[in-house]
Amino acid sequence: MGVEIRVEGLTKSFGRQTIWRDVSLTLPAGEISVLLGPSGTGKSVFLKSLVGLLKPDRGHIWIGDRDLPRLRESKLYETRKLFGVLFQDGALFGSMNLYDNIAFPLREHTRKSESEVRRIVLGKMEMVGLLGAEKKLPGEISGGMKKRAGLARALVLDPEILLVDEPDSGLDPVRTAYLNQLIVDLNAQIDATFLIVTHDINTARTVPDNIGLLFRRELVMFGPREMLLSSEEPVVRQFLNARRVGPIGMSEEKDVSELEAEAKMGHDPGKLPPIPPQLMASDGRIRPAQHVPGAWCAAHGVTPPPGSFIDDMGRDWVEEWPRYVASMAPAAAGTTGGPGHVPGGPPPGGPAAGAGR
Amino acid sequence: MSAPGIGAGRRRDGDGGARGDGGGSPGALHRIGDGLANVTVREPGRFFALCLDTGRAMFQWPFQWREFVQQAWFIVSVTVVPTMLVAIPFGGVLSLQVGGLIRQLGAQSYTGATAVVAIVREASPLVTSLLVAGAAGSAMCADIGSRKIREEIDAMEVLGINPLHRLVVPRMLACAFVALFLNGLVSVVGLVGGYFFNVMLQDGTPGAYLASFNAIAQLPDLVQAEVKAFVFGITAGLVAAYKGLNAKGGPKGVGDAVNQTVVITFMLLFVENFLISTLYFQLVPSKGM
Ligand SMILES: Nc1ncnc2c1ncn2[C@@H]1O[C@H](COP(=O)(O)OP(=O)(O)OP(=O)(O)O)[C@@H](O)[C@H]1O
Ligand SMILES: [Mg+2]
Repeated sequence: MGVEIRVEGLTKSFGRQTIWRDVSLTLPAGEISVLLGPSGTGKSVFLKSLVGLLKPDRGHIWIGDRDLPRLRESKLYETRKLFGVLFQDGALFGSMNLYDNIAFPLREHTRKSESEVRRIVLGKMEMVGLLGAEKKLPGEISGGMKKRAGLARALVLDPEILLVDEPDSGLDPVRTAYLNQLIVDLNAQIDATFLIVTHDINTARTVPDNIGLLFRRELVMFGPREMLLSSEEPVVRQFLNARRVGPIGMSEEKDVSELEAEAKMGHDPGKLPPIPPQLMASDGRIRPAQHVPGAWCAAHGVTPPPGSFIDDMGRDWVEEWPRYVASMAPAAAGTTGGPGHVPGGPPPGGPAAGAGR
Repeated sequence: MSAPGIGAGRRRDGDGGARGDGGGSPGALHRIGDGLANVTVREPGRFFALCLDTGRAMFQWPFQWREFVQQAWFIVSVTVVPTMLVAIPFGGVLSLQVGGLIRQLGAQSYTGATAVVAIVREASPLVTSLLVAGAAGSAMCADIGSRKIREEIDAMEVLGINPLHRLVVPRMLACAFVALFLNGLVSVVGLVGGYFFNVMLQDGTPGAYLASFNAIAQLPDLVQAEVKAFVFGITAGLVAAYKGLNAKGGPKGVGDAVNQTVVITFMLLFVENFLISTLYFQLVPSKGM
């Protein structure tokens, strides 16, 4: 079971450069959250603060009843064992081959026999598609392979919290789609709390349960996926739709005259695109933390943009959901069948097929 | 029409006007003050903190024997040959200079004695320190620094492993350990070199050389030289680790860190050498003749 992380009023600066201030958010236990933001807004700094590699100037990071920035060193090392972290460049140990890299945490922290280590390591390597590259040194593989090896190493101790810095930079679109699926499947399996930093809009729209956006040294918004995807807030809207029109410019933010010029030219931010259905685990299983499609919109009286929650096969997942839940958990629901029950597993090509790239 | 490139250009003008504090003298003063505080207080403070943490990590179990042996071997491989190549001419030059001087003073029979004072007490710790700082320290700093910028150090900490215990302690001890041996090596090679120069080129007699050697040399000479070498090794290791662990800004940052390591280590070692020599003269009486 994952762990909840509660961040309160976190502020970080390097010298006189404030990176972000007063960031407060809660990463719900077991859910997948995505952190977005233009380049250089301090997303990587945020991840490093969450594991205590960088000390924030102010604020709290609560993991259970432990406040990370105020832990003694021995306690900190102890708490870090909850984390699996994939750094932006993989951060593999350059002097070890991939196999030893991935086996490293196991050899350090467990008393497993070498054959057991081998079984686990090869399992994780297969998971990220690296079988056959065990003997390669990190200097001899591509950036995308480093990422995947780094992910395998982060996973090897079955962390409660997984922090991933740009899993998809340097990966081709097909690998990105596989990786997104892998993230969702992992979450379904190990039920850890995930925080993913990404620049990939498709990932941000389809994978997470929650989205956060850092901009102008602040956390502009953090909340359920549907909240941000249906938001009219200009920054959120511009970023999640990858537009030029909006407050974000080439160098962080636009000035007033530019925005006025934009307004005069009648640049219309346009209609919000539909909210895509969320990516599902590939075996069709419902993740413990999965949000019900359309639930947030319904609860807050928001009408989702037309065409939302409809997958490639034209099914509307708001309507489909109750039937799907019934079909997936006949034992738990106590009733087998009922109207619309599909016996024998998930409907062919669940929303996973539509939501992936 | 509104290409982002143009917008970006325009934005900079507006930005400069809005901030409007650029280049004022208060800013410059501030920066100088900042730099001064950094050099005199913050950096030494942080260095000292690292020394304490490393000291604590030294007694953490288990000791990293493998890393220690590997590093010691590595340091030996990069220092032994240059050390010998430096030590032979060094011993020779000292013999020539001192021998010439001593002959003018008419005390030929003491060339062996002066050689021992010059080589064992001072020259060999200095040569050792040059090589430990220049060859071992720079290599260590480059190694740790590149791990730092590749985020390997961060990854290690996240995996719950203390890089001071894992990387710094074995390297530092290897450095000190090898320095001990290098010092012995330099003494021996220097003395042999001096002997040859004295006997072959300056027509000294082997008997006189050895006799005066016996008259003045004492065991504490060697002991203080070894103490020096050990301290030098520890210092070089700590400075290299400090600079390496604080490297930032990509490969250029590592280059800068290595550069600073060598310069700072040299300065520290010369200061330490002076201090230990002074102490030695206070504590150990010279042998009477
Ligand atoms: N150790 C450090 N010392 C000083 N400044 C730093 C340090 N680490 C990061 N910064 C600064 O913090 C800012 C944010 O950096 P960060 O790497 O977190 O950006 P990011 O949001 O991850 O960008 P990207 O999407 O390009 O990875 C940058 O301006 C950077 O210069
Ligand atoms: Mg980053």
